[in-house]
Amino acid sequence: MSLSPEEGKRVVYKGMILLAVITLIEVFIALIGNGHVIDGFHLPKWVMYPAMIMLSLYKAYYIISEFMHMKYENKGLVISASWPIILIVWAMIAFLNEGGAWHDRKAYVELVNSKGYIKPSEASLETFHNEVGPKDDVTPTEGSAKPTETNQH
Amino acid sequence: MTTDTHEHAQVGHHDNASGPELWEGGREPFKASYGKLMMWYFLVSDAFTFSGFLIAYGALRFSVPTWPLPDFVFSTFPGGFHHAPLIFVTVMTFILILSSVTMVRAVQEGKRENKKGVVKWMGLTIIGGLMFLSCQAWEWTNLIAKEHMTITTNPFGTHTTDGVYLNPDGTEAKKENGQPDSFKAGTTYLIHKKDGEWHKRVFKITSGEYKGQIAQEAFGPKAFGGLFFFITGFHGFHVFSGVVFLLVIMLNVMSGLYEKRKNGYEMVEKIGLYWHFVDLVWVFVFLVFYLL
Repeated sequence: MSLSPEEGKRVVYKGMILLAVITLIEVFIALIGNGHVIDGFHLPKWVMYPAMIMLSLYKAYYIISEFMHMKYENKGLVISASWPIILIVWAMIAFLNEGGAWHDRKAYVELVNSKGYIKPSEASLETFHNEVGPKDDVTPTEGSAKPTETNQH
Repeated sequence: MTTDTHEHAQVGHHDNASGPELWEGGREPFKASYGKLMMWYFLVSDAFTFSGFLIAYGALRFSVPTWPLPDFVFSTFPGGFHHAPLIFVTVMTFILILSSVTMVRAVQEGKRENKKGVVKWMGLTIIGGLMFLSCQAWEWTNLIAKEHMTITTNPFGTHTTDGVYLNPDGTEAKKENGQPDSFKAGTTYLIHKKDGEWHKRVFKITSGEYKGQIAQEAFGPKAFGGLFFFITGFHGFHVFSGVVFLLVIMLNVMSGLYEKRKNGYEMVEKIGLYWHFVDLVWVFVFLVFYLL
């Protein structure tokens, strides 16, 4: 079940170096990505963010399995403590999606407030004509600046 | 009644020997004591609490157009250094990792019933925890007293266009090296407060729809300060409580209380789980507040 004292010690100091090095790599990605290391050089966010998230998740896995000894625990204990965490994944998807929707809604309200109205886009006019419309009365206008938003609302 | 119970016990015994194994108490199905199991479940519930806070942070961050860049906000270092992005918080992370390592050593020494070893490594863990708290105290002091961030005011704004700063007389401002004091979209700035007044700098927009117009710096997303102080504060409170528990348990170790129990210093193992969890939470606080 458990490790011998010497093995235990080795795992601890290996873990210390591993966690320190991963942290350094994360900070290095943040610094080089934001242009602090090489002047004028930036990394795209879609490279930086997944890399940093993956490294952090690995750190978390290492702390739980080795430092908190989860790897050597009974299977039932592991399952009962780790499966509920799946709910957090659901909460993340739901709430971050909702946060993005607040953003879009605010942008939409600002657009309406600044112009007083929203022009329909070509695409939504077409739908309107097909579903309801007397085609002759409405003259198609130029597409608005943000056609997707008019489609949504 | 007596015979009844007796019969049941006998039947149960018989079942265990031949048929499928049924749990009848007296054994630990998870091979962990009650206390240790409950510590795990407490940590699971605490993980939900922290996730709730961090997800709220994410949702609010997604809901605004700009967010202060962490490598600008957290770029000070004790001793008056200003252009040291993320260096101080990296030091704090190392301190917490080290204190986790000393905690594992304390648990290992406990398993070997080595009282002196437990006391030594727990002592070092407490020192690590206190060092981390001191660092956080400095970081908060800097943000509150020098940069005037509060839970409702966030002086860290972010430019949405390129531009160049203007002097009060309307001419373009120059940096110390003679270059124009210009910035790119996405740059984060700090609005300074002097003598109780905010000094919002004026600039000319040089890109996008409003090119050529004059604009003024604005405060950043309001929730930033509240989220920062609340989430790092809640984590700091966990560190603080951890230090108190560690102290109490270390004193108990010294008094010989756990030595008598002959269970491999299980209490040290339980507080160790809590302490590693604090380090675990920091991995994610570090990720969302300082890296992303």
